[in-house]
Amino acid sequence: MQSLNTYRAGPDERGHFGIFGGRYVAETLMPLILEVEKAYGAAKADPAFTAEFRELLAQYVGRPNPLYFARRLTEAFGGAKVFLKREDLNHTGAHKINNCIGQILLARRMGKRRIIAETGAGQHGVATATVCALFGMRCVIYMGATDIERQMPNVYRMKLLGAEVKPVTSGAATLKDAMNDALRDWVSNVADTYYLIGTVAGPHPYPAMVRDFQSVIGEEVRAQILSQEGRLPDSLVACIGGGSNAMGLFHPFLDEKSVRIIGVEAAGHGLDKLHAASLTGGKPGVLHGNRTYLLQDGDGQIAEAHSISAGLDYPGIGPEHSWLHETGRVDYVSVTDDEAVAAFQQCTRLEGIIPALESSHAIAHASKIAPALPRDHLMVVNLSGRGDKDVSTIAKALGDEHLGGLV
Amino acid sequence: MSRIEKRFAKLKAENRAALVTFITAGDPDRATSQALLDGMPAAGADIIELGMPFTDPMADGPAIQLAAQRALAAGGSLRQTLEMVEAFRKTDTDTPIILMGYYNPVYAWGAETFAVDAAKAGIDGLIIVDLPPEEADELVPFLRQAGIDFIVLTTPTSDDARLPVVLANASGFVYYVSIAGITGTASAAQSAIDEAVARIRRHTGLPVCVGFGIKDPAQAAEVARVADGAVVGSAIVSVLANNIGKPNAVSAPLALVKDLAAGVRGARS
Repeated sequence: MQSLNTYRAGPDERGHFGIFGGRYVAETLMPLILEVEKAYGAAKADPAFTAEFRELLAQYVGRPNPLYFARRLTEAFGGAKVFLKREDLNHTGAHKINNCIGQILLARRMGKRRIIAETGAGQHGVATATVCALFGMRCVIYMGATDIERQMPNVYRMKLLGAEVKPVTSGAATLKDAMNDALRDWVSNVADTYYLIGTVAGPHPYPAMVRDFQSVIGEEVRAQILSQEGRLPDSLVACIGGGSNAMGLFHPFLDEKSVRIIGVEAAGHGLDKLHAASLTGGKPGVLHGNRTYLLQDGDGQIAEAHSISAGLDYPGIGPEHSWLHETGRVDYVSVTDDEAVAAFQQCTRLEGIIPALESSHAIAHASKIAPALPRDHLMVVNLSGRGDKDVSTIAKALGDEHLGGLV
Repeated sequence: MSRIEKRFAKLKAENRAALVTFITAGDPDRATSQALLDGMPAAGADIIELGMPFTDPMADGPAIQLAAQRALAAGGSLRQTLEMVEAFRKTDTDTPIILMGYYNPVYAWGAETFAVDAAKAGIDGLIIVDLPPEEADELVPFLRQAGIDFIVLTTPTSDDARLPVVLANASGFVYYVSIAGITGTASAAQSAIDEAVARIRRHTGLPVCVGFGIKDPAQAAEVARVADGAVVGSAIVSVLANNIGKPNAVSAPLALVKDLAAGVRGARS
């Protein structure tokens, strides 16, 4: 384990976090990737860009959203004082919109008129279609045929917003395959198209850029907890698929040694069965533009992931998480489908808040560790999105007897 | 002199371009794929590209995606790919073989060990689609040490500023990807190919082969007039796909190779 003066300096000028990250893309895309990097560097240094980003977050997304003290969950756990960061209250219902606002401003700055994106659960697709509607841009969303079937309401939302939803039938027809097809589209339409990646993964500069746009989550939490409790939190908990909501919460706190930081991966049916826990069950490899931990076999073939949550159903993870895992700064744990479903119900019944199945993984882990912690321990759990989209999945998982035959 | 250099020297003496043929190793099964590989030189292939099957071929169109899926489903792997080349070398020690694919299987093997093992198997060059010059230094030094050429890809987006960066790592030959796109889809206009090949030649003395979108003998002949090689992949793979399980699974793709070879050989006469 390394001990560093700062965990916030990465990536280096070549886009590496230690051995992770980088730019592993086809040569056709390299000039464009370099252009995105240059344009983002210039945008970041431009106060007018930041001002417009902040203005849209405030007026359009509805930020800052609350850091809510979850009294009844806290009582039920019987230990740490639990706060929920309410990303579910954002416009479009999840944290994904923060990044989409930032990247659509960049795409406009670069003169691009056509936006492509991949989506798993459909949250990033909806957020992308939303900002494309707002900015009058063409929008094409790649979505695995399997995911289209299990996330139909989001597909319809995207179409209402004017996006073209392209079903992906290659491979297992889920998020990984949607990302392959988005990359194929990009290679074929380099001149006019911008790829709006939804998580802290892909070739440099995406992992750093998406992190920067999502860091508003952690920055708000810092100000809010200082104002509400007069001190920093003792722990942070967030779920991880690609890891953008987690990175957005974690990054502003990485150098605060007193803050324990925990990322929660999807253990699916269990770590010895089908799951999506890349750090726990994978090893370093190269896919979709970056080196990171991947679920793979001994031949370097990428494995299919499984999670009940479509948003976590991906065999990789953002490269900065891989680095934070290897440096030991962040603890990565995992939660099964069943545990996430139980946490979903508990949060819904006790707080009147229906959390996304993704976020339910974070709540489930909080429920495991909070009871043993002292009552003055301040724990922030990222409620990254709302769970309306998941009710049919939950109904299927529980069976309708559970609700007295109401579904 | 490497096998690749010897081959291009011989072709230069014959005043003709190379026919470079692509199949995916292990598609649709080891035995069929081996028979096809072994039959390539007699059918007229001058250089063979052998695809390393991968679950996520991001730069490939449907034909080669499906080829990789068939190969993997039948037990294909990077190890099997090397074994196929070893077997090929028992009867052919002259035809250059280039492995083409994606980085992760090579990385999983270990770059340094893989370079040694690939050279031992009789492999002459490597094309790694998702390893641009910005990342190539983690593999290229090991390939050089093992005497394997790193074949670089240049594309319509490689302008005069970018070309020197890409060509800095190049040896063997240069592969010009003639469209901004994926394999087996669109074809470039011949005038655009002529112009691109001329531009690349201003930056390098290496042979220039052109691929992506070449489907038939006439197109191959057009390319062979200006370039040092014409690469055909998806068209051959598609013929194979249409004949899987039939008695001509091997002979049908080889018949296309014969036609392509005739096109290439007649191009400059």
